[in-house]
Amino acid sequence: MKKPILEIKDLRTSFSIKGDYYAAVDGVSLTVHENEVVAIVGESGCGKSALALSVMRLHDHKNTKIEGQVNFGGQNLLTLTRSRMDKVRGKDIGMIFQDPMTALNPLATIGRQIEEPMDYHMKLSASDKKKRTLELLRRVGIKNEQRVYEQYPHELSGGMRQRVVIAIALACDPVLLLADEPTTALDVTIQAQIMDLMKELQNQMKTGIILITHDLGVVAEMADRVVVMYAGEVVEIADVKELFENPLHPYTRSLLNSIPSNIEAKEKLHVIDGIVPSIQNLDRKGCRFAPRIEWIPEQDHEEIPEMHEAKPNHFVRCSCYKTFYFPEDRVGEREYVATESK
Amino acid sequence: MSLLKVNDLKVHYPIRGGFFRRVVDHVRAVDGISFELQPGETYGLVGESGCGKTTSGRAIIGLNKVTSGELLFEGKDLSSMGRVERRKYTRDIQMIFQDPYSSLNVRKNVLNIIAEPLRNFERLSPKEELLRVQELVARVGLSPESIYKYPHQFSGGQRQRIGIARALTLNPKLIIADEPVSALDVSVQAQVLNFMQEIQDEFNLTYLFISHDLGIIQHMCDRIGIMYRGRFVEEGTADEIYSNPQHVYTKRLIAAIPEMNPEKRFEKMHLRQAINQEYQTDYNNYFDKDGRMFDLKKISDTHSVAMQ
Amino acid sequence: MFKFILRRSLIMIPQLILLSLIIFMLAKAMPGDAVTGAFQGNPDATPEQIEKIREKFGLNDPWYVQYGRWIGKAVQGDFGMSYMHQQPVTNLLGGRVENTVLLSLFTLVVTYLIAIPLGIVAGRWTDTWADKMIVTYNYFAFATPLFVFALLMLYVFAFVLGWFPSGGSVDIRTEVGTWDYVVDKAKHLFLPVMSSALLATYGTVQYLRNDIIDQKINDYVKTARAKGVPEGKVYTRHILRNSLLPIAAFLGYEITGLISGSVFIEWIYSYPGLGQLFIQSINLRDFTVVTALVMISGAAVIIGTMLSDIILSIVDPRIRIE
Repeated sequence: MKKPILEIKDLRTSFSIKGDYYAAVDGVSLTVHENEVVAIVGESGCGKSALALSVMRLHDHKNTKIEGQVNFGGQNLLTLTRSRMDKVRGKDIGMIFQDPMTALNPLATIGRQIEEPMDYHMKLSASDKKKRTLELLRRVGIKNEQRVYEQYPHELSGGMRQRVVIAIALACDPVLLLADEPTTALDVTIQAQIMDLMKELQNQMKTGIILITHDLGVVAEMADRVVVMYAGEVVEIADVKELFENPLHPYTRSLLNSIPSNIEAKEKLHVIDGIVPSIQNLDRKGCRFAPRIEWIPEQDHEEIPEMHEAKPNHFVRCSCYKTFYFPEDRVGEREYVATESK
Repeated sequence: MSLLKVNDLKVHYPIRGGFFRRVVDHVRAVDGISFELQPGETYGLVGESGCGKTTSGRAIIGLNKVTSGELLFEGKDLSSMGRVERRKYTRDIQMIFQDPYSSLNVRKNVLNIIAEPLRNFERLSPKEELLRVQELVARVGLSPESIYKYPHQFSGGQRQRIGIARALTLNPKLIIADEPVSALDVSVQAQVLNFMQEIQDEFNLTYLFISHDLGIIQHMCDRIGIMYRGRFVEEGTADEIYSNPQHVYTKRLIAAIPEMNPEKRFEKMHLRQAINQEYQTDYNNYFDKDGRMFDLKKISDTHSVAMQ
Repeated sequence: MFKFILRRSLIMIPQLILLSLIIFMLAKAMPGDAVTGAFQGNPDATPEQIEKIREKFGLNDPWYVQYGRWIGKAVQGDFGMSYMHQQPVTNLLGGRVENTVLLSLFTLVVTYLIAIPLGIVAGRWTDTWADKMIVTYNYFAFATPLFVFALLMLYVFAFVLGWFPSGGSVDIRTEVGTWDYVVDKAKHLFLPVMSSALLATYGTVQYLRNDIIDQKINDYVKTARAKGVPEGKVYTRHILRNSLLPIAAFLGYEITGLISGSVFIEWIYSYPGLGQLFIQSINLRDFTVVTALVMISGAAVIIGTMLSDIILSIVDPRIRIE
């Protein structure tokens, strides 16, 4: 068994809206082992980004309440002082952001921006820092590293900038990488390049990665284990192969059926009824996905939905997965049942 | 007869430089593309950002100035028409935009948004107008009372359906959909895509579907044109493009689609590396000495490739 | 870079020509001309005499000939005679240009010395008591009319307390070049500078506060925090550099704004600068002086704009063209 490097226990992140706190991350527990890529997948509003920012404690602390535990390197990150936390960020945990167009400071050279975390976490001479930076640039696939070192962000393309963002995250050899939608803002071919680059770097450096994404394609390409989130909760956790072969939770199954490339051309895509509830309007009692699968009878859900180990290492929330079906698959059957009962 | 025939369309922008800001060169945003749309089909225009697909769409509808080339709509050349004459045809071509958040006027309610094209082109009494709008709103699956609401009161998917309703008001023949679902979540995307397919049969629409998402294009389109640096690299039926891509750029695009089977991910990665290799070694087969693509050459009745 | 500055400077030439043309036309359109002014109230001048003088001064020539003559001299620093003071306009301007520039420069420096720290504090610690106090002060600065505030300062500090002189630019009894002279000048500058600077902070404080609040939520700031940059350094190394950039760029505009804005202050403190001369000349219909002053401040605006463009192109790497 691999060693766990990050353990999140019952994490609850609440935002203040007009004086009241509403949980966007609502009791999430998960573990990341060394050299493991854990994907957290879900649609906007499911709490996946709020979760990543909570681990890094990058939320605006005035309007945010974070409860639970984030155990990393033998300490609970949530209880560290600010300056102790600064020693963790950028050193043991690196972060990759979504939009390379805005993630870099427009007024500083690329070299400066990659060297900056070394200023705080490593004792290196100026020439060693530069050497290391050039080495990092080469490692993220930038060939004319001498030139790029001197350049400003606006002189680089989106794909190049994202490579720089990755180089910054790797600057101090982190144990864990947090990648928040690292390929979403990129063109298709660039996305493929960045995915391949991250896989390669992960192979070399053996870092643990938390990959936040809405794109199940990216999950299938990169993840070892997948955590599916809906409305602030984890609804399913499984190894990547298992999840794509044998998805259990109704939300996971619905999502997979709504992806165009997964469905025959010109066939109807699956549409999930209703909309994702906002955190103020969310009904926090019972199965949170129940309002969107109303054809499943109420008694099939649990009153207080728990995570169940349906198979070894495959966890799913609530019991509704056992009887779940897609209404469009059963159009014929239902008619049959109806005539039968007459 | 084809509904729309685009003939050697060019859209160039001047680059100014030197001391007196003279025109020193042109950005060839669209550099000679030709394709035809048959009535009732969905034609996909695919490529990455900056390839000229959006510029092409906007040129067809008249939002970008055409530098040269013909836009034959039902046999008549739109590009050589004056503004007044062209207006007669603009009602037959409508556009759906990418961002449902910014393409709707936030200060207008749904009634005014949807009725706007009607007011521009048809003289209806307020009552007739209301009836027509209600009909459309019902068709796109919104509740009747929503016509007095404002865009911010709707979700992204609903907003995009309002955008579609607006495009439908004048019973157009051709709809240009520029990345209509890129700003939406997967499950909402599915809703809008299904809906676009439904109304296509119902209103007898032809789509020019512009997107960077090859999964969506494959799902929606009958025929596809792949664009790169303002030109076509390949054109063919969906099947030909996806199962038998010929141009190295097309191969690269197709290979970039994330692999949905986790067990094949390394295979896919190696495939991409192999294609990159091919790109290096066979560069001269695909690009001339100035790095430009060759003209399209037919390799079957429906399939053409820009190769030497 | 050099090319850009050169081109930017060359653009100024047509701008200046246009400005001078407009001013010349306006001057022509004003009722009366140099001759009517010169003979104002002289009952002995007969219409024939006046006509003769008009002919002699070339005032009956076509407008472009007159314009050519005027601009030709103006370029050499000769703006003609002031009819009221009976001396060349250039002499009249001499010491006043220096006074106004001194006043504007100090006002600008003091404004920034007050506004930048206040803006930073308000922007970084929003919604704290310090922020609320700064915002309140800012509302006062915005709402208070300059002349009311300046009069109040004059009354309190010059008349009641008597700490500062109430007018002039320097005591004529002090000798130029001595330490006393400098001190006396500073004393005369203090009230005018403080009264306009304390109110002029408004724009900069407001801008800086808002911009810092906007910058704070930018992604690059998140990146900086994620690198482990301590909070204070997030501001000094990242946010402030971005927020202060437009202020540096606005420097050029600010200088010109101050030159025209010193009209009130100079008038109230009877400070012998260009603004005071401007009002005097308008009241006395001394049009040659007015024209010269409008031309000077117009040119200052054009030069200031150019300065701003050049500064911006130096400090912002994104604008380093070619």
